[in-house]
Amino acid sequence: MYLFLESLRSAFIAIRAHGLRSMLTALGIIIGVASVVAVVSIVQGLSHTVNAQFQGLGSNSVTIRSFTPFQQQMRGRFARLTEDDLRAIRHRVDGISQITPILFDPSGRNSQVGYRAQSAFVGQVFGVGASWMEVNQLFPQQGRFFSPSDEERRRLVCLVGVDVVENLEIPGSGVGEFIRIGDEWCRIIGVMESRGELLGFSQDDFILLPYSTMQRLLGTTRRFDIQIQLVVDDLNRMDEVIDRIRRVLRQQHNLKAGEGDDFRVQTSEQLTESFNAIVNTVTAVAGGIVGISLLVGGIGIMNIMLVSVTERTREIGILKALGARRADILLQFLIEAVLLCLLGGLIGIALGYGIGALVAVMLPGFPPAHVPLWAILLSVGFSAAVGIVFGILPAAKASQLDPIESLRYE
Amino acid sequence: MSVIELRDVRREYRMGDQTVHALAGVDLDIERNEYVAIIGPSGSGKSSMMNIIGCLDRPTAGTYTLNGRAVAEMNDTELATVRNQDIGFIFQSFNLLPRANALQNVMQPLVYRRMSIAERRRQATDALKHVGLADRMDHLPNQLSGGQRQRVAVARALVGRPAILLADEPTGNLDSATTAEMMALFDELHSQGQTIIIVTHEPDIAAHCLRVVRLADGKVASDQRQERA
Repeated sequence: MYLFLESLRSAFIAIRAHGLRSMLTALGIIIGVASVVAVVSIVQGLSHTVNAQFQGLGSNSVTIRSFTPFQQQMRGRFARLTEDDLRAIRHRVDGISQITPILFDPSGRNSQVGYRAQSAFVGQVFGVGASWMEVNQLFPQQGRFFSPSDEERRRLVCLVGVDVVENLEIPGSGVGEFIRIGDEWCRIIGVMESRGELLGFSQDDFILLPYSTMQRLLGTTRRFDIQIQLVVDDLNRMDEVIDRIRRVLRQQHNLKAGEGDDFRVQTSEQLTESFNAIVNTVTAVAGGIVGISLLVGGIGIMNIMLVSVTERTREIGILKALGARRADILLQFLIEAVLLCLLGGLIGIALGYGIGALVAVMLPGFPPAHVPLWAILLSVGFSAAVGIVFGILPAAKASQLDPIESLRYE
Repeated sequence: MSVIELRDVRREYRMGDQTVHALAGVDLDIERNEYVAIIGPSGSGKSSMMNIIGCLDRPTAGTYTLNGRAVAEMNDTELATVRNQDIGFIFQSFNLLPRANALQNVMQPLVYRRMSIAERRRQATDALKHVGLADRMDHLPNQLSGGQRQRVAVARALVGRPAILLADEPTGNLDSATTAEMMALFDELHSQGQTIIIVTHEPDIAAHCLRVVRLADGKVASDQRQERA
């Protein structure tokens, strides 16, 4: 312990004595650690936010989409989900409380909307059932949601996101005003509550129409591919319900035993999982990069330490003449290398966090940076390990120096 | 009992396929509180002799007893301990640690004795006072004159109360006035009971000593006691 503290003291003195050089030496470590901490902080911040979003979706919500394998797409055959499928699920699957179709406009024709002289493009226009509100846990902040009679009578009514009101410069809340969607004029009956931004994209730039009205806008002659969202009553029966849905849909689509599903049933948990898988991959890649840069940084440190040992040969000779044993010299140089790496690591963490925070602030709508504790501990641990691994060779070289030769060294 | 006892000490170096006999059988006894000059032309084995006495090197053959302990067979770690406790080195080029101030330089040998920092400071301060540098303790070596640097080196050599003070051309880098001061300091230390060995080729320095050992061709050519000049 005594030896350790003394070595620490002399290491501090040596590092301070060559401030600039020590800084440059540690730069490899600093950059490596900073880059990984920056990436991790951004990605983790992102995943925090996205997970919070998915949570809003409700863990017992299920989304069903049509799925066409790539080979089938090449042959021009596309699977679709239809109203019949929706009806079949509604009638034949138990344990579902809310279910809604979602009909997107595949042409994008209806994305052009107008209000008086203003016109604008809307991110998404889609037709939904009356249950959509409960399934997505998103409610009107003003006005009301669709009523069953809106659906039945294909009324030209809509609910809009707050961005639409803003973009079209609609005065007041917007409720009661008419906007042009495609070729039709629709009355705004409600404004949905804001969901903010995700990855810099607004989530409030959309228009909801009753499902039947959307069909009317698209023209009823074509059969469209819809998505189905539903809420399972009992989370514990989730698997059971999904299984039942699959069987019903397979039957609906006349799929034979060997054929794969031409649809996908996804729970919000699965969405979270697949997103987290991406996050983990990015984190691992960042980890790989930091591994390489720490290796490079470590070699840099070894190089400088070797130079330093040569440069301080005489000093080592003096210390040996004064009674320093090999272990004393070894420890002194080893601790110097480790300290250099640790300082680099700490500066890197601070720098990386700064970069992450800066990126989060500069990109609008980006979630705040978040550095998990494990990333800090890992960086510090790794830096120290690099210091030991790459410091041992120079330190050993220093300790092996012959005192007589060293004292003669100019 | 002798502090230093060399018996048929030999030191050989291999230079390519030639073997150089730097020391070819030296017998020497040095008593406590002796004041010895080791002189001789270059190549006579002075440096080898000093390295062996200073436990920086081991003899190829022969025995060396320092303070009653056989050091010829010690390993590196044991030799380091002996250097730390029994020997105080003074070099021609001072060999102070450039980044450490006078006090830290003098404290350094005590680090290897596992001494607390307060105790180190106390002993180092005493040693610096002893050599008359109490007011220069926080100066770096390059802020000191040559004579002052050598005094720091003397303080550093003395701080561990070594059995012998081993000086290698201690005045080689000093002007004549400072040389006189330095020799006065050595005389004073000797009068206080310190055993001093000076390796030198300067007759003036040797004349200060009470015993002159002359080496030639790796052997003791003459060994004379003398009155102080």
